[in-house]
Amino acid sequence: MKSLGSIRRSFAPWADPDAVPYIRVENITKKFGDFVAVNDLSLDIYEREFFALLGASGCGKTTLLRMLAGFEEPTSGRILLDGQDLSGIPPYRRPVNMMFQSYALFPHMTVEANIAFGLKQDRMPRDQIAARVGEMLKLVKLEQFAQRKPHQLSGGQRQRVALARSLAKRPKVLLLDEPLGALDKKLREETQFELTDLQQQLGLTFVVVTHDQEEAMTMADRIAILDKGEVMQVATPAEVYEAPASRFVAEFVGSINMFEGSLQKDKAGNTRIARSDGSMIYTGSADDVRAGDNVWYAIRPEKIGISSRQPENGIANALAGEVYDIAYLGDMTIYHVKLDSGQVVKAAMLNSARLFEDPLTWDDRAWITFAPDAGVVLTR
Amino acid sequence: MSRLVSAVASRLVIIVPYVWLLFFFLVPFLIVFKISLSDLAISMPPYTPALDGLRDFFARLGEFDFENFKLLMCDLLGYIGVGGGLCDSGFAADFYKRPYLSVAYISSLKIAFVATILTLLVGYPIAYGMARAPQSLRTMLLMLVILPFWTSFLIRVYAWIGILKPEGLLNQFLFMLGLIDDPLIIMNTNTAVYIGIVYSYLPFMVLPLYATLEKMDYSLIEAAQDLGCPPLSAFWKITFPLSLPGVVAGCLLVFIPAVGEFVIPDLLGGSRTLMIGKTLWSEFFNNRDWPLASAVAIILLLILVVPIMFFQRAQARAQA
Ligand SMILES: Nc1ncnc2c1ncn2[C@@H]1O[C@H](COP(=O)(O)OP(=O)(O)OP(=O)(O)O)[C@@H](O)[C@H]1O
Ligand SMILES: [Mg+2]
Repeated sequence: MKSLGSIRRSFAPWADPDAVPYIRVENITKKFGDFVAVNDLSLDIYEREFFALLGASGCGKTTLLRMLAGFEEPTSGRILLDGQDLSGIPPYRRPVNMMFQSYALFPHMTVEANIAFGLKQDRMPRDQIAARVGEMLKLVKLEQFAQRKPHQLSGGQRQRVALARSLAKRPKVLLLDEPLGALDKKLREETQFELTDLQQQLGLTFVVVTHDQEEAMTMADRIAILDKGEVMQVATPAEVYEAPASRFVAEFVGSINMFEGSLQKDKAGNTRIARSDGSMIYTGSADDVRAGDNVWYAIRPEKIGISSRQPENGIANALAGEVYDIAYLGDMTIYHVKLDSGQVVKAAMLNSARLFEDPLTWDDRAWITFAPDAGVVLTR
Repeated sequence: MSRLVSAVASRLVIIVPYVWLLFFFLVPFLIVFKISLSDLAISMPPYTPALDGLRDFFARLGEFDFENFKLLMCDLLGYIGVGGGLCDSGFAADFYKRPYLSVAYISSLKIAFVATILTLLVGYPIAYGMARAPQSLRTMLLMLVILPFWTSFLIRVYAWIGILKPEGLLNQFLFMLGLIDDPLIIMNTNTAVYIGIVYSYLPFMVLPLYATLEKMDYSLIEAAQDLGCPPLSAFWKITFPLSLPGVVAGCLLVFIPAVGEFVIPDLLGGSRTLMIGKTLWSEFFNNRDWPLASAVAIILLLILVVPIMFFQRAQARAQA
């Protein structure tokens, strides 16, 4: 995991019990025939928030967005925007604009006319339209392409036109469906920052759909992780990464090691997990879990230390194994260690640190160590 | 060796359609053109040959008889009412004084134009409905549009006589509903011709329209609505402009054959329905003036070449 969401500002209305959500999604269900695409889903999104919907393909992200835009009516449940119930309000009367996954630029209109389209619908005076279009073109750096038709643009330029068009009306809420899906990696990273800048500059509420977790982490204030039409967790990128609510979330975001076992308290009152091979893993406090429950201890590779020497006593968790595989990633190296229990554990080490360590190679005996509170205890 | 064979073979493939065009379009056209330049004669065939063979062609280049085209021109001059010192004598004066060919041309163009617009008005909603129908239904709907082609065109037009005549099905039906007391006179009027053309040429309108509408990305309409455009307005701003290539193709496919239509005005139209196809027929077979009839046909072709070229241009532009 490279980025953990830039900490850009102190913005956390969701932590404030008095804050009123701007968009309330209340128990939304959407069925296509017998198929349940979105299942009893509730979300609160706050004004000026950059909110990401993250999930695997087919989990209902686009469907949820289309219900916000008004292209699909929920089978049950309702959506409130700024206190107003949106049920039955057609898309052309909603103060919400959408940037389509396919961009959906009008092929018979120039870039300029595409951007002006929504403004003309509002009967904005001509000179104001021209001014706003100019402003938008400048924003997405397409001034010299104003007279081109969409088919004369590159993929990245088209994407920027789509963005400019959906922003031109200054919607209260902008919905973006995989806005960067068609861009190459470099352009995508650049555009990610442009998007977040734009959103803050204009003070808009963004709801972005993506299936790229890194993208969600980089851009969003909060992320909702969806699976099969249900919300698994809603939290900030750091929380999702550091304190996943379930095994699904932990495994979906980044890479992780899982140790399964039953929870115990030792005589000194420390919490630990008894594993089926008889080994113990000490964990941080897990007060909400009952002793005897089956749990999982989840720990990220970079929280695990690895060494060729046996650690001294006093280290809470030390497990022995053999180096099974080594993956060199440039900035870090991932060691796959096959423990004596047979489980393969991944441990990451920064290469700047590795230079000073003893070099470990394939089939070497190795010990992995980690602090009890480096991982989290999951019950589901 | 084999490369040579395949090169020749690929040439052949290109040549075949040209040979086809040469024999079945260009040669008949030249024959008609030749007849139009010859003199009327009471014989079999009823004209004196204008030329025999290529040698003749150069020998007699100077003495071609453009008489028939002169008559047509005098007819037109008489129709618009401008002076014609050229048309003072003989036959030309008859055409100049009582122009009837120009009247037929203009009336044909007018009827074909109105009928094309009517066909568009009927065909567009059909094509639109088909393109928006569930995928599983579309093939069947397409079949329904093509189905009438399985019956002879002549029989289908005849069938309309049974529907439209004063004691026909339509009048009986309206009478039964109590909507009319006296039968509607539709048969033998221009209205019947319009009905006949709209009915007969509808598939030629629907098919190209359906092809463009079906290709259209529906998310464009959603995008327009998302930007505040109500559905009807989105139709005029997005769907219709994007379907224009289909509209142009459909209109030309209806207009061009409708101008020269003979069967429909002959069977359904009255004596006052003037269309050039009918005039052509009577020149050929009633007056047996083959040279004049050929000249009329050549001019008709020239009139139609203009929209055909327009069509070609539109097609080329749509593909670019
Ligand atoms: N109109 C529809 N009719 C029937 N099923 C549909 C319809 N639209 C979506 N679905 C189904 O609903 C589920 C969710 O679809 P959705 O488009 O919301 O997925 P997504 O999360 O956006 O996926 P992706 O990341 O691939 O875009 C899918 O299984 C899809 O097949
Ligand atoms: Mg999607």
